[in-house]
Amino acid sequence: MIKTKNLEFKYNVDLDPVIKNININIKKGEFVAVLGHNGSGKSTLAKHFNAILLPSGGAVYIRGMDTRNENLLYEIRREIGMVFQNPDNQIVATIVEEDVAFALENLGVPSQEIRKTVDWALETVGMSEYKKHAPHLLSGGQKQRIAIAGILAMKPECIVLDEPTAMLDPIGRGEVINTLKRLNKSEEITIILITHNMDEAVFAHRVLVMNDGEIIKEGTPADVFSDVEGMKSVGLDVPQVTELMYELRKEGIDVPQDVLTIEQAYEVLSEVLC
Amino acid sequence: MLKDITLGQYFPGNSFIHRLDAMIKLILSAVYLVIIFLIKNFYGYGLLAAFTLFTIIISTVPLKFVLKGIKPLLWFIIFTAILNLFMTGGTVIWQFGFLKLTKEGISFAVFMMLRIVFLVLGTSLLTYTTSPIALTDGIERLLTPFGKMGLPTHELAMMMSIALRFIPTLLEETDKIMKAQMARGADFQSGNLIKRAKALIPLLVPLFISAFRRADELAIAMECRCYRGGKNRTRLNESKIGYPDIIACVFVLLFALAIISVNKAG
Ligand SMILES: Nc1ncnc2c1ncn2[C@@H]1O[C@H](COP(=O)(O)OP(=O)(O)OP(=O)(O)O)[C@@H](O)[C@H]1O
Ligand SMILES: [Mg+2]
Repeated sequence: MIKTKNLEFKYNVDLDPVIKNININIKKGEFVAVLGHNGSGKSTLAKHFNAILLPSGGAVYIRGMDTRNENLLYEIRREIGMVFQNPDNQIVATIVEEDVAFALENLGVPSQEIRKTVDWALETVGMSEYKKHAPHLLSGGQKQRIAIAGILAMKPECIVLDEPTAMLDPIGRGEVINTLKRLNKSEEITIILITHNMDEAVFAHRVLVMNDGEIIKEGTPADVFSDVEGMKSVGLDVPQVTELMYELRKEGIDVPQDVLTIEQAYEVLSEVLC
Repeated sequence: MLKDITLGQYFPGNSFIHRLDAMIKLILSAVYLVIIFLIKNFYGYGLLAAFTLFTIIISTVPLKFVLKGIKPLLWFIIFTAILNLFMTGGTVIWQFGFLKLTKEGISFAVFMMLRIVFLVLGTSLLTYTTSPIALTDGIERLLTPFGKMGLPTHELAMMMSIALRFIPTLLEETDKIMKAQMARGADFQSGNLIKRAKALIPLLVPLFISAFRRADELAIAMECRCYRGGKNRTRLNESKIGYPDIIACVFVLLFALAIISVNKAG
C-alpha cells in the first residue's frame, strides 16, 4: 500500500537530511504505530505519504503511484488521509456537517452523494447527533472525531494521524483511539498512528521506532517494548506495566518481559504472588 | 469575558424568510433599501411600516430582538434628526437667535429618522435570518459576474468564511493569553491611553504568532483534503432558487409598485 525506497528529505539543500534511508512497506489493513523522540522526523516522514512533502532522494509509492507525479496528486491525497494534532487548526467550516463535506466539495462530488457520505462518516465516528453544531463548542475529543470524519468522507484507504491525542484529556484520547480501532477493524482502513503515548502503540500490529531521521527498530509491540534499555537509550519510554516487569526482573523476580497491558500484568502478577 | 461578544447575530429558525435563498435575500434587501429612499410622503412610510412588520412577524424573530438593533444607533439618529431640524431652509415657524425651525425641517427630520430606523430593521432582519455560511455563499454567487472580470470571488468568500470560523477560536485564545499575562501582573484596565496601548503589546505579539502558526497548519490541512480553489467545486447544500423565492420577489415588486403609486398621491 505504502512503500518507500531509500527515502531521504532535506528542508534545506545545505543542511543534513532530516530523514534518511527510510525503507518501509505498509500493507493494506495494517495498524502501524510510529514512535520517536521530539525532532526525530516522524511528522516529516508522515507528510511524504500524501505528497505534502516530496522526497529529496529516493521515492515514495502509494499503491505503485509515485508521489512526485503531479497528475496523481489528488488521487494520492484522496487515498491517504491525514489528521493533525490540533483539531482547531484543521476545521474549516462553522457547521460540523459542512466541515465534513469540505473534501468532497473540493473533489466536485454531486451534492446528494456528499450528503450520503457525510451522514455515513459522522455515523461511523459516532457524531451524527452533532451534525448541525458549531465545531468550536465541542470538546477536544469530539473535534478530533470531526476531523477524522472529514478525512473519512474521502473514503481513503489509509489514514495517517500525527499525534492526534496530544492535546486531549484521557476521555478524549479514549474516544479517538477507540474510533481508530473500529475503523481499522470494521472498515479495514490502514492506520498509521504517530504518538508519544506508549499505551496507544500497544494496540498496533507493528511499531516503527525512529531516531535522528532513521528507522532503528521495527516489530510487534511486544518485540519492541521488551527491549526496555534499547528504548531508553533513544529517549523513549515503554508502557508503564512493561517498565514494572523490567524493574521486577532486575530485582530477580521471574516475570516475562513482553507484558504490555494492565490485564496481562494482572494475570502475571497474580500468578507470581499466589 | 470576550466570549460574550456575538458576531453575525444569527437567529436560527425555519420560517419562510429563513428558507429563502441567501442571494435572493441579499438582492431583496438591497431593493428594500432603495425603496426606503424613494418614499416621498407619510402614506409611503405607513405602507413601509406595515410591510416591515409583516416580514418580521413571518420571520418568527421576536420583534423585541429586531428593535434591539436600533439601540446602539439611538444617539446617531437623534443627532441627525436635530441637525436636519435646524439646518433645512423654508418657511420659518419659530425662531430663537440663529436657530430657525422650519416646516420643511420638521418633516425632513422625521423622514430621516424613519429612514435610518427602517434601514437598520431591514438589514438586521437579513442577518438574523441568514446563517453566516449562507450569507458568504450568497455574496459569492452575487459577485460571480465580477469573477469573469478577474475578481477572485471564491477566494474572497473563502476568506470570509474562514475568518468567521476562527473568530471564536481567536477570542478564546485572547482571553487565555490575557489571563496568563494578568497572572504575571499585567494590567490592562488602568492608566492613560498610551499606557494601556503599551499593555496590549504582550497580548498582541503572542496572538499574532499563534495566528500565523494556525494559518500554516490550516493551509496544510486544507491541502490534505484536496483543496484546489473554486474550480469545479460543488456544495453540500446546493442552493436552488425555488417557488418561495419567486413568491418573495413578486411580493417585494408589488410593494415597490404600491410605494411608487402612493408617492403620486401626495
Ligand atoms: N518547516 C521546517 N523547516 C526546517 N526544518 C524543519 C521544518 N520542520 C521540521 N524541521 C526540522 O526537522 C526535524 C524533524 O522534525 P519533525 O517535525 O519531523 O519531528 P517529529 O518527530 O515530528 O517531532 P515531534 O515529536 O516534536 O512532533 C527537526 O529537527 C526540525 O527542527
Ligand atoms: Mg511531529
